[in-house]
Amino acid sequence: MSEKPFRVLPRVTPQNQHFWCGGAEGKLQFLRCGPCGSYVHPPAPVCGKCLSKDLTPTAVSGRATVATFTLNHQPWVPAADHPYVVAIVEIEEQPDVRLMTNIVGCPPEAVHIGMAVAVEFEEHEDVWIPVFAPVDA
Amino acid sequence: MEISERRAAITGIGQSEVGRRLGRDPLELTLDACLAAIEDAGLTRDDIDGLSTYPGAMAGQPGFTGAGVMEVHDALRLELEWWNGGMETSGQLGSVINACMAVACGFAKHVLCFRSVWEATAQGKGGRGPIGGGAGAAGGKFRASGPMIEFTLPFRAYSAANWVAMFAQRHFHEFGTTREQLAQIALNARKNAALNPNAIYRDPMSMDDYFAARMISTPFCLFDCDVPVDGATAFIVSRAETAADLRRPPIRVEAVGSALRGRPSWDQFDDLTTMALRDASAMLWERSDLSPSDVDVAELYDGFSFITLAWIEALGFCKRGEGGAFIEGGQRIALEGELPLNTHGGQLSAGRLHGYGFLHEACVQLWGEAGARQVSGSPQVALAAAGGGPLAGCLLLTAD
Ligand SMILES: [Zn+2]
Repeated sequence: MSEKPFRVLPRVTPQNQHFWCGGAEGKLQFLRCGPCGSYVHPPAPVCGKCLSKDLTPTAVSGRATVATFTLNHQPWVPAADHPYVVAIVEIEEQPDVRLMTNIVGCPPEAVHIGMAVAVEFEEHEDVWIPVFAPVDA
Repeated sequence: MEISERRAAITGIGQSEVGRRLGRDPLELTLDACLAAIEDAGLTRDDIDGLSTYPGAMAGQPGFTGAGVMEVHDALRLELEWWNGGMETSGQLGSVINACMAVACGFAKHVLCFRSVWEATAQGKGGRGPIGGGAGAAGGKFRASGPMIEFTLPFRAYSAANWVAMFAQRHFHEFGTTREQLAQIALNARKNAALNPNAIYRDPMSMDDYFAARMISTPFCLFDCDVPVDGATAFIVSRAETAADLRRPPIRVEAVGSALRGRPSWDQFDDLTTMALRDASAMLWERSDLSPSDVDVAELYDGFSFITLAWIEALGFCKRGEGGAFIEGGQRIALEGELPLNTHGGQLSAGRLHGYGFLHEACVQLWGEAGARQVSGSPQVALAAAGGGPLAGCLLLTAD
């Protein structure tokens, strides 16, 4: 990956650590409900579908689909790579689990809704930011 | 079902000086609006027994709020039976909806509602900055946490411009909506602002001007984003039976919408072509026998142009997905059209009074005091709606 852009980093807590630090082992992880199997995001103490507390951090494939995106042109903070792509992706295992993220590894103009992407991690201090790059057809 | 909000009426309105970088004390602007509203209703401060605001006092985002409940309470030495302020409510107008509840329940007779901003002065010449990102950009130890920013700021989505732009993009994708259609929200606002002496941007804007503007976050250009200002707006929400003794004919609250039935989130909401405003709109019509075709004037939030289009669809002025075609050409939403929209110029051209400006204009239109921009035929039914993303609140109002 090319030069890392500035990022405001998340505050890591025991509740979200599996998500923000899973990239250390190359894993995109979400809480998964034992009884009903659904993924819970953002992290919460109970499953939103069945209210079980039996939730375990579980790695997913990292494959996802671009649900929508925007090319950010405005320099809210200084950066060398305007326009960059902010997107919302739906994970392959459960499309109603979405992530706001960045699409990297292709020209911004190439990004489109429905595009197949896969996770990569950008390490900053103690967190691994999950970003997504196109899956080669 | 008793529609309890019909026990409430709007009996007075007030607005401070509104402008770019006024450099004035935000509390003073707030009090200017509050005192104007009290006087407009024919009341004195001794009559005010309730106070409500959005978002109230908060740190960390200079300019976003000009005063909290306690500062206004204390400055005016009020004696209150009920008070309320905060951001976790159904959008900016949630504070007014709460006031309707307070008078309907008998907690208060006359609730003073206010919203003040001084974002233009706070931002200075640098313009609009990142949400909560300033500290981080300055090399500080700021870390994003909490539902609105933990999963947005780390992905360089620094502004609601980014968040809303993605809803617009999805709408474009699913329904074929175009920038040329969306432009009508901005063009219509500017045309109306030209007739409003208090509007910020009054120079004509053409479609070419729109397409020549720099991009902010696709598909939004500069003119799809509202203009930060300094200013304050206030209302008096009164218990309906007291209204007969007051100066003005009351504006009746026919129904309100405050619902949020989907997930309260920018990225996890079930439909990325609409927002919480879908639910607030549905609730409003569930509480009234009136229908969209009865609305004479619509004042619908335009923090970003797309939000107005989403409100138009949600409120049933057209079908889901047909908002682009509905506003195309701009004739329908013009002052003389079938649905006069954002008649004061909206936040895009009149200034970002953050939700309260729409309710203010709805009242002005129902009282027939809008001057050059007055909708003809003395409008009897108005819709005021504010909020985007997980925030949404709306009121259906009728002239007495
Ligand atoms: Zn479950």
